[in-house]
Amino acid sequence: MLEVKDIVKQYAKHRALDRVSFQINEGSIFGLLGPNGAGKTSLIRIINQITAPDSGEITLKGETLSQRHISKIGYLPEERGLYKKMMIGEQLLYLAQLKGLSKTDAIARIKIWFEKMDMQTWWDKKVEDLSKGMQQKVQFVATVIHEPELIILDEPFSGFDPVNVDIIKNEIIDLNRKGATIIFSTHRMESVEELCDSIVLIDKSKKILDGKVSEIKNRFRNNHYVIKYNGTIPLINPEANNLFRIVSLRSQENETKATIEILEHHRINEVLGYLITQVEIKELVEIVPSIHDIFVKQVKENY
Amino acid sequence: MDKIFLIIKREYVSRVKKKSFLVVTFLVPLLFIAMWGGIIALSIQDTTSKSTINVLDDSGQIFSELQNTGSISFSEATGSSSMEKNNLQSSESSYLLIIPKNILENQNVELLSSQKASVFVIDVIRDQVENILREKQLRNAGIDLATLESIEPHLKITALEITEEGGEQESNAGIAMGIGMFSSIMIYLTLFIYGSQVMRGVIEEKNNRVVEIIISSVKPFQLMLGKIVGIGLVGLTQFLLWIVLSAALFTAAGLYVSNQMPDTFSAEEISNLQSSVPSASMAQSGLLGDIQGSIESLDVSYLITCFLIFFIGGYLLYSALFAAVGSAVDNETETQQFMLPITMPLLFTYVMSFGVLVKDPHGPLAFWLSMIPFTSPIAMMVRVPFGVPGWELVLSIVLLVGGFILTTWVAARIYRVGILMYGKKASYKELAKWFTYKK
Repeated sequence: MLEVKDIVKQYAKHRALDRVSFQINEGSIFGLLGPNGAGKTSLIRIINQITAPDSGEITLKGETLSQRHISKIGYLPEERGLYKKMMIGEQLLYLAQLKGLSKTDAIARIKIWFEKMDMQTWWDKKVEDLSKGMQQKVQFVATVIHEPELIILDEPFSGFDPVNVDIIKNEIIDLNRKGATIIFSTHRMESVEELCDSIVLIDKSKKILDGKVSEIKNRFRNNHYVIKYNGTIPLINPEANNLFRIVSLRSQENETKATIEILEHHRINEVLGYLITQVEIKELVEIVPSIHDIFVKQVKENY
Repeated sequence: MDKIFLIIKREYVSRVKKKSFLVVTFLVPLLFIAMWGGIIALSIQDTTSKSTINVLDDSGQIFSELQNTGSISFSEATGSSSMEKNNLQSSESSYLLIIPKNILENQNVELLSSQKASVFVIDVIRDQVENILREKQLRNAGIDLATLESIEPHLKITALEITEEGGEQESNAGIAMGIGMFSSIMIYLTLFIYGSQVMRGVIEEKNNRVVEIIISSVKPFQLMLGKIVGIGLVGLTQFLLWIVLSAALFTAAGLYVSNQMPDTFSAEEISNLQSSVPSASMAQSGLLGDIQGSIESLDVSYLITCFLIFFIGGYLLYSALFAAVGSAVDNETETQQFMLPITMPLLFTYVMSFGVLVKDPHGPLAFWLSMIPFTSPIAMMVRVPFGVPGWELVLSIVLLVGGFILTTWVAARIYRVGILMYGKKASYKELAKWFTYKK
């Protein structure tokens, strides 16, 4: 749906984005990841046409981005902001109209969202009279009020309590199910694992990783397994047969938890076949690297 | 285009709905009236306190001819001069006037009082004593007073200016000067008031971070222009209301004063008002007709049109710069360093308009200041009441339009970068860099 091709953004002496390319599939929830200062905000601003790239191109459904796409994109910036003295209703109406909605449409949709988010009585309230969490809700509604096809959320959960995080998360999933493509920029890796289909990792202005979450995780599997068994006898590698390496071994009461790395050219079944003769196995789990681990590893390597 | 309209509407409505807008709109004309009334009240009050003047007339020729007025009564001193001086210290608003023997020769009298002598009292004494002395001297010289008075000429100068159509038009330099200075103050103040409103609006949006949401919907230039136009319309609305309200209030006040005049003001009080309040003296001396004539010849609608054109032009030019300044800073305290170059031309013209322009409205300085777009809104409005050739007016307006297109272009390039820069202390070098960014 969205294709980012060879984007370069240069500020005076600092190159914010260096030939960044990736694709976002229609209907996916896409994670835009990277450490602070990597260039995420620059990229988001380019997609929103707030700034323009020095070279490269972004296409939405095959068309080069232009002013007419503005009404198809919804953007929730990391730094939230609303007019403090303006009433919530008027404010949402104004923002919706700026996105190209007619007044009657905008009012109807605001009412629907007010009901959905349990804020029916808020129309005449001023932003400055709301708590931070309530302001965030208003901001979220402002982002999606015009039913955009592409929704860009920069740290959407910051400032919400756990109850509201769930409400917003469910709304995001719901919007996605109804067909919206979502770009999700966050530092909370657990929500990336929970929500995202695909990710791109940007560091130091360059793309260092992208693809489907499952594929990336597969790529970063390193043949580590956790084995739990009864008894406290240590595992022994068969002599002259370098089947596995013991990474760690810890016994507690009458149970032992071992982490092993299966060595090259061997498979888990061989190891299992050997171990069964030694100990009574209770549990065997492969350690799949989390997005968090992959993020940290990649960024460190890129240092 | 309809998005700009939405922005204009928001900027306009949110300001006009504010209480402070209503307060300022209604308070300013009231303030004018209050000032006007205050001047009258003060000058009346000054004359209503009674003073007694003891006269020690050594010449024996003056006292008998001094006449009591409503607020000053003369009495003959009975004691010696040292006794009278002692008496003075005990009572307020009493004076001792010592007239020497040879008053006719050295023309010098002494006025003693325990406090600073009132200017009003001094004036009355000077008038009366001078008249008495003049009469005596004329009589001594053998000149018949009646004859002298009958041949006193009374000249009125009607200044006429040749208009472009070749006709002659009555001009009144004093009125033109007054209107010129008033316009210069108004333009100066309003450019600052509305310009800084634009600046504050920009800073508010930047501080709120709401700007990032807005410019994901509209171009920064649209936002800037919408804000400038919206606030400009607020200014025009305020002008319109001021004109209407002031006219209504002045008419009402004028009616009230003219109804009260014959009863409460004695002839003497009115004559004393002449020096401080011209309007009061007009009513009395019959000059009113003349002045009204020259106001009519000034063509008020032409003046108002010029004022609006130069206000709008100047406002557009300066508010764009104010917007750029607002975008470059994080809060109002940081604006200082950028404000100086904006304030300088305005302040310079403002000061010049009082010192030089009103006195020499057609001189080279006046001409050039009214051509340079940065100074022309003030300078030209000082000159307009004196009459400015059509081609100069048109050239000045064309240059002003060119000027604000230029400043808006420059400001917009700084603005679009500035509003997204946080926590970075901007310098002029930085601004120049922003200006050169592609987008």
